[in-house]
Amino acid sequence: MQTPGRTLLAKIWDQHVIFRVSDDTDLLHVDRHLLHDLGGSRGLLDLKNRNLPVHDPELTFATPDHAISTARGRAGTSKVGQELLAGLRTETSATGIRMFDIDEPGQGIVHVIGPELGLSLPGCLIVCGDSHTCTHGGLAALAFGIGSSELTHVLATQALIQRRPKTMRVRFEGRVPTGVTAKDLILALIGHVGAAAGTGYAVEYAGSAIRDLPVEGRLTICNLSIELGAKMGLIAPDEKTFEYLRGRAYAPQGEMWEQAVAAWRKLPSDPDAVFDREVVIDVEKIIPQVTWGISPEHVIGVDGRVPDPSEVADPARRAAIETALDYMGLVAGAPIAGTPVDWVFIGSCTNSRLSDLRAAAEIARGRKVASSVRAWVVPGSETVKRNAVAEGLDKVFTDAGFEWREPGCSMCLAANGETVAPGQRSVSTSNRNFVGRQGPRARTHLASPASAAAAAIAGAIADVRTMGR
Amino acid sequence: MPKPFNTLTAIAAPIMRGNIDTDVIIRIERLVGNSIRGTLGKWAFGALRYLPDGSENPEFILNREPYRQAEILITGPNFGCGSSREGAVWSLQEMGIRAVIGSSFGDIFFANCFQNGILPIIVDKEIVDGLAAEVQQTQGAGRISIDLQQQTIISPSGQRHDFAIDPRRRVGLLEGLDEVAQTLQRDDEIRAFQAADRAERPWIHFAKKAARKTAGNNA
Repeated sequence: MQTPGRTLLAKIWDQHVIFRVSDDTDLLHVDRHLLHDLGGSRGLLDLKNRNLPVHDPELTFATPDHAISTARGRAGTSKVGQELLAGLRTETSATGIRMFDIDEPGQGIVHVIGPELGLSLPGCLIVCGDSHTCTHGGLAALAFGIGSSELTHVLATQALIQRRPKTMRVRFEGRVPTGVTAKDLILALIGHVGAAAGTGYAVEYAGSAIRDLPVEGRLTICNLSIELGAKMGLIAPDEKTFEYLRGRAYAPQGEMWEQAVAAWRKLPSDPDAVFDREVVIDVEKIIPQVTWGISPEHVIGVDGRVPDPSEVADPARRAAIETALDYMGLVAGAPIAGTPVDWVFIGSCTNSRLSDLRAAAEIARGRKVASSVRAWVVPGSETVKRNAVAEGLDKVFTDAGFEWREPGCSMCLAANGETVAPGQRSVSTSNRNFVGRQGPRARTHLASPASAAAAAIAGAIADVRTMGR
Repeated sequence: MPKPFNTLTAIAAPIMRGNIDTDVIIRIERLVGNSIRGTLGKWAFGALRYLPDGSENPEFILNREPYRQAEILITGPNFGCGSSREGAVWSLQEMGIRAVIGSSFGDIFFANCFQNGILPIIVDKEIVDGLAAEVQQTQGAGRISIDLQQQTIISPSGQRHDFAIDPRRRVGLLEGLDEVAQTLQRDDEIRAFQAADRAERPWIHFAKKAARKTAGNNA
């Protein structure tokens, strides 16, 4: 029997408590642990050095994504990138951990493959040494990023000590206007409440616009939770969730499937559940979003103007805007649309799934990338890549002048050496416009896949709504 | 295993810009590789600390005396937001930082600090701003004292501020506890949980052993 008034978070959390550590802190069971090439072998070597076995290798899964090249044949993977890949192969093989290797279905960005393989399930607790692990919350998993020490702790114990977060519910209400995507909704939220609003919270996204979103859009919403400051973001499961997962490789089958779905139906927050903070967003007022500064909260509608610090009274805010405009090379008060761009990157754990590539291809079809722009499409996984090729999307992109790449994290964080050159301007479907994120002194504007494709065609930041068909 | 933290009296450097993310604290390319520990101190705050030609930026506070010797950072809101990279904490530690004082921190960065014997202290923004102002008034010479046992900060002028901290975290830092060893002492409880959970949620628990060669559910 459920106690009345419980949140989705509380139901999942309580299910995973092994023992209480203190009033607000528990030892939680980890159901799925995902490893990648940047930190996976380091953690496994750490354990080996301490003479400890991996507690539950069958609940641990690995894939290379961060440090490998996304060029054809993985040409150009650095020496150290190759060492990390070799290390991941050796150490996962030695410990009996399933690794999805290059060119194999299952390889890809960890936060794309988890849902795709059915490893990420409603009510499941997932960790990974990557802050965008919150992505899996789109399937009603309690998922969050951890550091290297915590990663070692999970390998050794299959458990993690965690303080119970506060709860926030964000309700996106209304019908999503044409040209507006999940990415625009979550960027608009971050712009509205700020990049620190979610600190200390787990955020549940709800409301009619969330219910209307397909699962891949929900993954995009949850992906940017950490950009809101919240390390966990989640969405209640519904029929769309179940349909998405049915038949996936690691999802339960047959009778066990029915049993699982019955349990998952009990997960949504009770109608009388109380949240520590509530936010309501009217999605009908949202237009395509683009960032102008160096934090995801520096975001405006594409028809907007870059802020003018001279109009801001608060000295700290004024200084922050000045710093951001200086770094970004933008003029105070100028319209953001029409700003010329050098690079377009379509990819990352935020926006590299099949539906993202379809949306970008829809804009690119029959058009040409501006001669001044270099544009890449990096599919999120081997499976996304193969499905996109089967639909002919790769051809749409290459005909338009985009470069079609191999799956990986690539230019989102530039850990593999794929960077935007100093001073160049990029429109990117990734999640962070931080100083130097895409390369030293690179200038990043975050936007949706369709908006990024529109920028590639126009050679400048453009309103995708003027390029529809 | 973290180094114990008890008391500290040290030079403090105010870095008051808000939302300093972990990409700014340490660039990702410095963290690619398994032999990076010990190499990171000079790359901390690389984007702020060095000019495009690689020379030191004389305007950045940690390039100026006496702040070069800082063991405490006084930080703006949401310091350490963004990526989970523990390398951000390692780089601060390797440049000699033992404590950070701010009004809020990125959640993952905050947790990573404790794992490495760095004390992150959350106090009201007014207190943070006051500490920064006092330090600046003394051109950085005025030291800040932190006593974890007493949970107090003493400002350069002698003003005392109490701070709150999770009691478990406090003990962990004071004693430099090894969390993995502690948890493994109760491994029988973890295994009992797993046995019971396997009955309740069989779809979570795959079969043991047999390195999986193909994708498929053999739960």
